[in-house]
Amino acid sequence: MTNTIREIEGMEVIFIIGSNTKETHPVIANRMLKAVKKGAKIIIADPRKVPLVRFSEIFLRLNPGTDVALINGIAHVILKEGLNNREFVIARTDGFDKWKESIESFTPENASKITGVPKEDIIKAALLYGGSRKAGIFYTMGITQHTHGTDNVNAIANLALLTGNIGKEHTGINPLRGQNNVQGACDAGCLPNVYPGYQRIDMPMVKKKFEEAWHASLPDKEGLKSTEMIESASEGKLKALYIMGENPMLTDPNIEHTRKALGKLDFLVVQDIFLTETAALADVVLPATCFAEKTGTFINTERKVQLVRKAVEPPGDAKEDMWIISELSARMGHDMKYSSAEEVFEELGNLWPALSGISYNRIRNHGIHWPCPTKDHPGTEYLYKAGFPRGRVSFTPVKYIPAAEPADKDYPFVLTTGRNLFQYHSGSMTRRVAQIEAHAGEPYVEINAEDARKLGVKPDEKIKVSSRRGQIEIKARITDSVSEGIVFIPMHYKEAAANVITSDALDPYAKTPEFKVCAVKIEKMV
Amino acid sequence: MVKVTIDSKTIEVAEGTTVLEAARMLNIQIPTLCHHPKLTPFGGCRMCIVEVKGVPRPLTSCTTPVSEGMEVTTSSPEIEELRKTVLELILSDHPNDCMICEKAGDCTLQELAYFYGIKENRFAGERRVYEKRDGNPFIERDMEKCILCGRCVKVCEEVQGVEAIDFTYRGFKSKICPPFEKDLKCEFCGQCVAVCPTGALTGKMWALRGRQKDIKEVDTTCAYCGTGCNITLHVRANEVIRVTSKEDKWNEGWLCVKGRFGYTFINSPDRLKKPLIRIETKDEGRRTKDEKQEGISRPSSLVPHLSSLFREATWDEALDYTAQRLKEIKGKHGPDAIAGLSSARCTTEENYLFQKFVRAGLGTNNIDHCARL
Repeated sequence: MTNTIREIEGMEVIFIIGSNTKETHPVIANRMLKAVKKGAKIIIADPRKVPLVRFSEIFLRLNPGTDVALINGIAHVILKEGLNNREFVIARTDGFDKWKESIESFTPENASKITGVPKEDIIKAALLYGGSRKAGIFYTMGITQHTHGTDNVNAIANLALLTGNIGKEHTGINPLRGQNNVQGACDAGCLPNVYPGYQRIDMPMVKKKFEEAWHASLPDKEGLKSTEMIESASEGKLKALYIMGENPMLTDPNIEHTRKALGKLDFLVVQDIFLTETAALADVVLPATCFAEKTGTFINTERKVQLVRKAVEPPGDAKEDMWIISELSARMGHDMKYSSAEEVFEELGNLWPALSGISYNRIRNHGIHWPCPTKDHPGTEYLYKAGFPRGRVSFTPVKYIPAAEPADKDYPFVLTTGRNLFQYHSGSMTRRVAQIEAHAGEPYVEINAEDARKLGVKPDEKIKVSSRRGQIEIKARITDSVSEGIVFIPMHYKEAAANVITSDALDPYAKTPEFKVCAVKIEKMV
Repeated sequence: MVKVTIDSKTIEVAEGTTVLEAARMLNIQIPTLCHHPKLTPFGGCRMCIVEVKGVPRPLTSCTTPVSEGMEVTTSSPEIEELRKTVLELILSDHPNDCMICEKAGDCTLQELAYFYGIKENRFAGERRVYEKRDGNPFIERDMEKCILCGRCVKVCEEVQGVEAIDFTYRGFKSKICPPFEKDLKCEFCGQCVAVCPTGALTGKMWALRGRQKDIKEVDTTCAYCGTGCNITLHVRANEVIRVTSKEDKWNEGWLCVKGRFGYTFINSPDRLKKPLIRIETKDEGRRTKDEKQEGISRPSSLVPHLSSLFREATWDEALDYTAQRLKEIKGKHGPDAIAGLSSARCTTEENYLFQKFVRAGLGTNNIDHCARL
């Protein structure tokens, strides 16, 4: 997030695209409702009628995978109506003219044809977002989990640049991160092309700095992204995989393919708190600790570093992940001895100035938002106050490219996947909470009433949902929250895992799979 | 700004400030039951009554805005007698079962009864008797303990935007319930439980796990989504028995169903307790055949009995074996034949160490985590 959660309260316009905030980030949704009470207007763009739609001013029910057309259409209207922020564009951006040409064809009429959203609504949304200088954009995987996810993000960035809705309080671009410490994992350098703090591995000075700090010579070659690891394993190139606290057997697309790929590995180590579907395939399983059993930090979606404190002892011989990694590293000939998590955090802070000013002591009561370069720095609530780090930022022309696997004659429905309020990701934690299981323990597919009628499907009837990759049997939940031709399956349930059928088509840059669009067919059970 | 005098202390406050808020700024305690600082004032319980000079009857301080030159007295024999009477009336049909009440020790009503020394009740008489018939697994609703303060109704509407419950009926029969007294249709965020000043609303899973004695409270950060709500784990005998959130933290004490009630996985009997080493050989062909026999690909079908797949090992054995295999593979195929998948569920420090191990220890940049999924 370029803003903080607190700032939502002061926004005039909240533009939510591809985020079911009320179910996936409920407490952020509370903040949005608080803003609405103060007069903020919500725009929601989503193929599903998500719960927050009830509080929205405008609901843009777009066809899955048509986000670029919608966003460009909105930008087109903003330009035409002269709501663009000329001063901002001149002072802080490049490439405006070329980008302007690229959106000329995205008239509200054309955008409406592609997205299925009435053109009046596109215009209304454009006037509302473009008319405000305190407007925040919020998105999650509804934007990124597409073969053109990077394009979607660029289109959003263009919109913010056009209106200057970034770099000030109460206005910015806010991806809501789905996992407690996905921000921290990125910040700590668990990415194949950057060291901690997004410092690029292909810059010799940077590499030298880390080699000196870590007393080791480091590899030059950029590594594999998670989805590429599976691919490489499948091709027999990757021989060993060490997985800490992940469950790709449920969270990766096309499970069948993932299983075969993991099966080809010579050696698989899984470190987890449960024997997950992935751990069951491992050669060695290492019992680790959960958040209540260790000390450290989580960095939340607004870049706030917060303390995690040990409250209970782990079960049996389960050990802290830190201990396990250090022991393994020592056995591999690379000593990593730390007396505490705090010492590790300090080392990270020494290597990345954005965290340098943060210490455990400073965040004992309240977290601090990075960047926080010095011990007396208060932290940074919203980014880019003093300009963009690289000076001017470029508009990126973005073309509309349809999803990789549209519905067709054989597979006439579009499947989109996601989370529900009660379960969490692969369910390894929530599905072991008896109360949650009692309330939301059964997989289901959301299907539109009209489609159900045509197929003769009754509420709660078990049906077959299949794609070119696999099929599952699952109960039908008839609802108006999906439109005709679209079905939704929550990803959590292993007994009817959505990812058995999802497509493993990837975004060419981020290598993120297209979980939000694939073609399926629906049949009654015989 | 408006100047107001409360108990002979003078303070200047913004227009629209209530007498109660101004008094709290002066650290003057006024007892309340229905008031909650994050919700709109209600004026229902009448505990917060005060005397205002020139006004013949007492006023509820939570709903009375200050005015210029206002002189307020928050405590006098008359006011205290009235408050005591209010409490006695509230307690007149309240179950006296503090001994076994989940809320004992953390109950505002119990605390006020203690401060006002209410041992016997002049108004004891008819009692409200309600059948508990709520099927939901999260929230225990004991309506006999409800004092109709309305906090739950307000939090559900004002904070959560759900409006699952409201006041129904009138007079002695007044009751808070879902539409048509059906089962709750709600998000089970438990915001109502957090603001309930009595034992009317509690977490079902808290029952008989411990109340206030021998509880250690540990402030930490929620481990579910990326919002990062501050939570407090209540621990008794090495077990997390309850999760709450403090109002003075950035998330204002609000949580969701997962954060508030999704903690029992910590003590799940399924937790891994020993390192495991595979005993049967891996055979891709065999797996595929199994699946074919099953008809449908289900990951769960691949989790047969643990004992048939793995044997327990010591840490030394498991770690030595792992290191040996990784070394072999590195020696034979080079470091890029190995990759590490780190976790967005682990701490920043663990992630830092993990990538350091992969880069400096194994010698490859094949490191990623699930940000893309």
